[in-house]
Amino acid sequence: MNQTVIETTELSFDVSGKRILDKLSFSISSGGRIFIVGPNGAGKTTLLRCLCRIIGHYRGTIKIKDRDLKTYSQKNLAKILTYVPQTLPADIQFTVHQFILMARYPHLTPFSVISPQDEKFVTDAMEMTQTVCFADRVMATLSGGERQQVSIAAALVQQAEIFLLDEPATYLDYRHQRDIHSLLMKINKTYGTTIVCVTHDLNSAVLNADSIIALKEGKIIFTGKPADIMNENILERIYSKKFSFVQHPVANRKIIVPDVVE
Amino acid sequence: MKKTAFIFIIIFTLLVIAASPFVGATKIPFSTIKDFNLATTAGQIFYSLRLPRVFTAFLAGAALACCGVALQAMFRNPLATPFTLGISSGAAFGAAIYVLLAAVVSIPFGSIVFSFIGSLGAVLLVYGFTRIRKGFSVDTMLLAGVAVNFFFSSLILFLQYISDFTQSFRIIRWLMGSVDVTGFQTPIVFLIFTVAGVAIITAQNLNLNLMSISDEIAIARGVDVQKSRKIIFFATSIMIAVVVAYCGPIGFIGLMAPHICRLLVGCDHKILTAASVLFGGAFLVLCDTIARILIAPAEIPVGVITSLLGGPFFVWLLLKNPSGQSA
Repeated sequence: MNQTVIETTELSFDVSGKRILDKLSFSISSGGRIFIVGPNGAGKTTLLRCLCRIIGHYRGTIKIKDRDLKTYSQKNLAKILTYVPQTLPADIQFTVHQFILMARYPHLTPFSVISPQDEKFVTDAMEMTQTVCFADRVMATLSGGERQQVSIAAALVQQAEIFLLDEPATYLDYRHQRDIHSLLMKINKTYGTTIVCVTHDLNSAVLNADSIIALKEGKIIFTGKPADIMNENILERIYSKKFSFVQHPVANRKIIVPDVVE
Repeated sequence: MKKTAFIFIIIFTLLVIAASPFVGATKIPFSTIKDFNLATTAGQIFYSLRLPRVFTAFLAGAALACCGVALQAMFRNPLATPFTLGISSGAAFGAAIYVLLAAVVSIPFGSIVFSFIGSLGAVLLVYGFTRIRKGFSVDTMLLAGVAVNFFFSSLILFLQYISDFTQSFRIIRWLMGSVDVTGFQTPIVFLIFTVAGVAIITAQNLNLNLMSISDEIAIARGVDVQKSRKIIFFATSIMIAVVVAYCGPIGFIGLMAPHICRLLVGCDHKILTAASVLFGGAFLVLCDTIARILIAPAEIPVGVITSLLGGPFFVWLLLKNPSGQSA
């Protein structure tokens, strides 16, 4: 169960002379829920984009399931991992059903016909993500929360065992934030999917992750259990500010509280 | 609804192709063509002028529409066409050079070879910008295409300036666009390249669907976007080279046909590509028929007709989508 699925060694990435990722070495084991946190510009999104090869010209090595990322064809890679961007473009003219069905791509050839099996995957994913009710709506008419649900449904249909998510709940209201996190938890528990999630929201990371990686200026500052990051000194090193904590009324965790400004 | 629209396009295409050879300055009675009689004037006009011309127009229109639909999806921009990206004018420049060279040497399929070098050169220039500057946006690429377009247009003007009167007239006349051919040699060359190009693009249908959403989504789903772009660019430059070499840079089909078809059959390329190919072909046949009969027995260059129809359409499109997005 706990075999390593992602392993990076001295992963670095520069953009026009500026170092974005600085010799990152870490590993992620199968079935985990890993949340990546850190201030703006820490390199969180860039890291995700390297892992799914949207960015290809990184230095160092990335191994996915013990194989160098660069040796995968894009299609075979998509059978193993998928990427859920922060937001989908607002003007997609496909229907929800069409969009989700397109995620069967890695399992199809250019001229293959959609099988009942493919349709079954779509139906199952739509039921799990509660998107059945807007199957025939055009993507452009969905709200941000609905679009995110659809995006995750498509990731499910792709049948990847690793989900890389870039701030899946950041722009959503409280209810949709909860829905997305409980959906990710359910997917993780049901299929043993490895969830790698970038977030700005420390509290949701602490409550939902089983391990946390904190980045700052392209370097790893912290890696470990969620409970351990809730430490004044560690958080101050990451975010360059002081935090106050309270005990969560239900979960046995400390969480941070917003500052009072004067 | 969308299936009905697709069937409508097929019927429209068949009707236009079937009716067009009978329309023109000379009346062709059906009785003279049914026994393939080439001895009569009517038979000759029908078999060695009008039929080849209809086939040429259809295949050229189909190729232009196919390129348009692929480029629009790839660039996620409704204004991306072989024309706006400079591919057409690159090919035109190549072919114009051959018009001058032809006075000195004759190369078999010289105009195709030269316009292919031109179109490929234009594509490499546009594509080159993406390699030099990492993290380019597709909009930058489109602007680069517009610049390439102006660059080659100026070079063509320069060629006209230095060439003699006859050559200059030939270049101008050919730049206006025409599908005037005799015999079946040209349609057969067209058939080979158009079928090959359309087949290559059709094999990219699923990639086009995903790339039309965003490159990120396409990559996440497993599309090798870099490779797919190269294939599309290559197929487009071949098809455009042949169209431009024989018919001149006919505008607006590559822009209009995909847009009209998207309104009719939706944005799924599994249907859209085929629909655009058929509609683009039929539309050029229709324009050419109008060009033949409007001031018969004289003819208007077909490029004039497509642009006259295309111009207002272009404006309508801009007014409908002020941001230049979607559609």
